[in-house]
Amino acid sequence: MLGRTLREVSVALKQGQITPTELCRKCLSVIQKTKFLNAYITVSYEVALKQAEESEKRYKKGQSLGELDGIPVAVKDNFSTAGIETTCASNMLKGYIPPFNATVVQKLLDQGAVLMGKTNLDEFAMGSGSTDGAFGPVKNPWSYSKQYREQRRLRSPGERRGADEDWLIAGGSSGGSAAAVAAATCFAALGSDTGGSTRNPAAHCGLVGFKPSYGLVSRYGLIPLVNSMDVPGILTRCVDDAAAVLGVLAGHDPKDSTTVQDPVKPFVLPSLTDVSKLCVGIPKEYLVPELSSEVRSLWSKAAGLFESAGAKVIDVSLPHTSYSIVCYHVLCTSEVASNMARFDGLEYGHRCDINESTEAMYAATRREGFNDVVRGRILSGNFFLLKENYENYFIKAQKVRRLIANDFVNVFNSGVDVVLTPTTLSEAVPFLEFIKEDNRTRSAQDDIFTQAANMAGVPAVSVPAGLSPQGLPIGLQFIAPAFGDQKLLTVAKWFEKQIQFPVTQLQELTEDCPSGFENDNSASVFLKQC
Amino acid sequence: MWARAVWLAFRSGLGGCQAFSTKANFQGSGPITVEVIEHLERLALVDFGSREAVARLEKAIAFADRLRAVDTDGVEPMESVLEDRCLYLRSDKVAEGNCAEELLQNSHQVVEEYFVAPPGNISLPTLGEQERTLPTQLSSYSGKGVSCEHMKAQ
Repeated sequence: MLGRTLREVSVALKQGQITPTELCRKCLSVIQKTKFLNAYITVSYEVALKQAEESEKRYKKGQSLGELDGIPVAVKDNFSTAGIETTCASNMLKGYIPPFNATVVQKLLDQGAVLMGKTNLDEFAMGSGSTDGAFGPVKNPWSYSKQYREQRRLRSPGERRGADEDWLIAGGSSGGSAAAVAAATCFAALGSDTGGSTRNPAAHCGLVGFKPSYGLVSRYGLIPLVNSMDVPGILTRCVDDAAAVLGVLAGHDPKDSTTVQDPVKPFVLPSLTDVSKLCVGIPKEYLVPELSSEVRSLWSKAAGLFESAGAKVIDVSLPHTSYSIVCYHVLCTSEVASNMARFDGLEYGHRCDINESTEAMYAATRREGFNDVVRGRILSGNFFLLKENYENYFIKAQKVRRLIANDFVNVFNSGVDVVLTPTTLSEAVPFLEFIKEDNRTRSAQDDIFTQAANMAGVPAVSVPAGLSPQGLPIGLQFIAPAFGDQKLLTVAKWFEKQIQFPVTQLQELTEDCPSGFENDNSASVFLKQC
Repeated sequence: MWARAVWLAFRSGLGGCQAFSTKANFQGSGPITVEVIEHLERLALVDFGSREAVARLEKAIAFADRLRAVDTDGVEPMESVLEDRCLYLRSDKVAEGNCAEELLQNSHQVVEEYFVAPPGNISLPTLGEQERTLPTQLSSYSGKGVSCEHMKAQ
């Protein structure tokens, strides 16, 4: 049951095959057993059970609210949740309990979704590995998959697999949300996407990671990183689920004036059978030397798939691609410098003990509350915003941003419907390898394919495209014109159907936990009946 | 405070207002001087804390310098991807509020309906001033001087 998709479970709930409280308890039990993944910062046991009970009452009366009624979901810990601690994985907000719900959270709750808890992330969503939070790193559930461990054993046969040393990163910064969905603790999770933070972990965890168009989904309650690029992201196991969640979340919010006022209706994705009228663009600048051969071959296979199905597949050019990561770096740090200024210890969050002066108090509070990554970005941002640097860095970056956005407009105006690119340079790497480079370097490397979509505000989705020879998931990304979310997801759904990425693999994950690493027979009592 | 003490140790090794950059091939508007470092720390109210942090900033600047190669003549800066639309403004009617109690709960120091702040208009000491006053400053943190300690939240 837990390995099924959101819509399948919704049908099961309607038909009475399982009740919301049973489902909730099962998910809570899996959360307990997969604690070692460190996917959750806060698990909201009582709230979840209460919501599940209310959902059950509604189902008994035949008055369910919709597809999401009774469905366990998780929310990244940078979304405000009333009465539930919201930390952004930072010491600055440890113990902070917001008095309100983010709009997207409220919309999920209004549809009867059951909130399992708040998931782990990089501190303030800055990072691409979910390794730099105050509550520790997130482990990729695929590190414990039978296939991956089998491969490790084959390659180093004499090695005594004692300690859990070779675990893989989950990707970031929404790694906790991705791990939560991949480990079958919930059926959908909210992430945030500023430079690829939803798509990157989705690719590493074998999930669908969807970034809506900027302005489609409300950011009210999402603790902001970069106001002009942030969007709430959706992580699910299949494209139909993502569309179902989008249908609930999209729409104008009077509390977020950057949401567009166009009317939005929930939609059911059509099942494309004929792609002969589709034109897929392959941007040549994305073929970089650092791209791993496994990803490259899957990318090429995918293009071939569309072509043999009758679609038109052409090379396109996004000429400013090589500068987009630099531009992103400048704009991101500049907006961060501004957004982080609100954390001064006075009205909420951590406060130090110094009381000599406001400035001294603010400085000490911020030193204690922020980690090196956040502080580094604030200082870089302030540098770029200095009077003498403003024109050369910040304004220059804004100009380059227009060039990048225009690149996409030009490509889509030339008849291309979607652009197909890799999501990440390679499959998930081991944590010990990941931390050899610092956060900024890693982000610059890992965001390379994903952040251009944030700069242009266009929708993008990462879909699992296959497994690497090591048995790890690799995702491919589709990008569509602004507000072309429905078309994007339709194409992604067609692709997903051709690939048939094994959902059943997830069952193996939950049956195989590292409670005793000495030998594999100790895959102990672990959720035999799912 | 320990961070500042370490910082002073760096400075005493260098002596005076020497430029801080050690990279020979640092390209950009110039090496980061101590003045810039102090200025950034005052603006950001966040300190560098270590030599590595300064090196990281230098690398970040060098990375950003790559933008110079892009020809942006005649290109307008883009502030928002939704620049072609009008920002939504709702009508000027009170829709919610009256939640002072809830908001005050999140603060560490409140008195009745006030957030309590330490005295303002006192600048952070510069690195030079710190050097002179470091010993006495340490003792002042033990409670001397203006303190709002007694005004704890009820």
